[in-house]
Amino acid sequence: MIYLILIYEFFKIGLFAAGGGLATLPFLTALADKYPWLTSEMLSQMIAISESTPGPLGINMATYAGYMAGMGVFEGRPMARLLAVTTAATATASLVAPSFIIILIVSRMLDRYKSSRLVEDAFTGLRPAVAGLIGAAAWSVIGTSLFDFSMVRTDFGAVLLLPETVLFIVTLVLTNLKKLKKLHPICFIAFAAAAGVALGYACGWE
Amino acid sequence: METNSPKARPTLWQLFTAFMRIGAFTFGGGYAMLPMLERECVDKTGWTTREELLDYFAIGQCTPGVIAVNTATFIGKKQRGFRGAFAATFGVVLPSFVIICILTALLTGFQSIRWVRYALRGIRVAVGVLILNTVIKLIKQKVSSGFDYLLLGAAFFIVVQPFIDISPVFVVTAAALCGIVRGLLLRRSGKEGA
Repeated sequence: MIYLILIYEFFKIGLFAAGGGLATLPFLTALADKYPWLTSEMLSQMIAISESTPGPLGINMATYAGYMAGMGVFEGRPMARLLAVTTAATATASLVAPSFIIILIVSRMLDRYKSSRLVEDAFTGLRPAVAGLIGAAAWSVIGTSLFDFSMVRTDFGAVLLLPETVLFIVTLVLTNLKKLKKLHPICFIAFAAAAGVALGYACGWE
Repeated sequence: METNSPKARPTLWQLFTAFMRIGAFTFGGGYAMLPMLERECVDKTGWTTREELLDYFAIGQCTPGVIAVNTATFIGKKQRGFRGAFAATFGVVLPSFVIICILTALLTGFQSIRWVRYALRGIRVAVGVLILNTVIKLIKQKVSSGFDYLLLGAAFFIVVQPFIDISPVFVVTAAALCGIVRGLLLRRSGKEGA
């Protein structure tokens, strides 16, 4: 029964994959070895789609894998696509369920022990460290979007991607202008998407 | 849209739609959603504070599951209990679910369309800027003592350095311990001074 398999497998992934989206990848690779409805070609396709669409990576990947499982199992049946949506929903809900339950419990414990000295002290250490982790995330996003280190040996001048860097500086200035500061982040994302399309055609990106 | 009404409890619908916006416009997952969260849940509505967001991310880092979901569950629970948690979590998951289902059903190879790739390349640059702005704001508001800067720098360096692979779970656990030890030492020296 595909639904039970999906519930079991994705609940397990949701329970054991700590640390965000890509942490689920090794689990999904194991699934591909185990079941015929998920192949390694699908996995690479899945990563490409998940990274090009909005939303948490883990959710995107679970939806995709669940959908593909449904398409594989129900192939040839009428309404196969509709049935695939139900398997996708099963996989996604099963992935989310463990963290949902755990956070409800943690949240209740936090309310109870928030005023305890120990918890308060722990958080005085946690907050700056998490700010550091977020800084590291910024560093890696900026690094991969502005630099291309594959060119480091052959053409050192091509390591810094010029159009991207210009867009980076423009966006940085725009987001810090007094008048525009209050705009919703969505506006800047839309602006950058449009600028990306324009730059891409103008500079002949790959 | 700059109405701050921190006192009013949101309806389930407000929680659902706010998190749906967050889910629909977060590219890159995890930390990339922080600027959106900040806008929707701190600046616009006062549902939570920057400090609490950091706490949620710290907890999300060492509990299993997707960080976006963890944070949605936390904020929803805090505002409207179990049903709020459900509404927020459902909201943050729904856009991904719908988009992926539609794309895999109808548009095979969407991610290799030329202009889609260009747009994503642009978006990635903006996401970097937005996270950077958020970090700067966080540091200005929440990081003050030498102890804070030390932990911030250490966490940053441990994750960024390319030599050994150290899990963020370790960083978070070590930071919590540092906080506890510092608290103990401060209290002991305080007592002796008194």
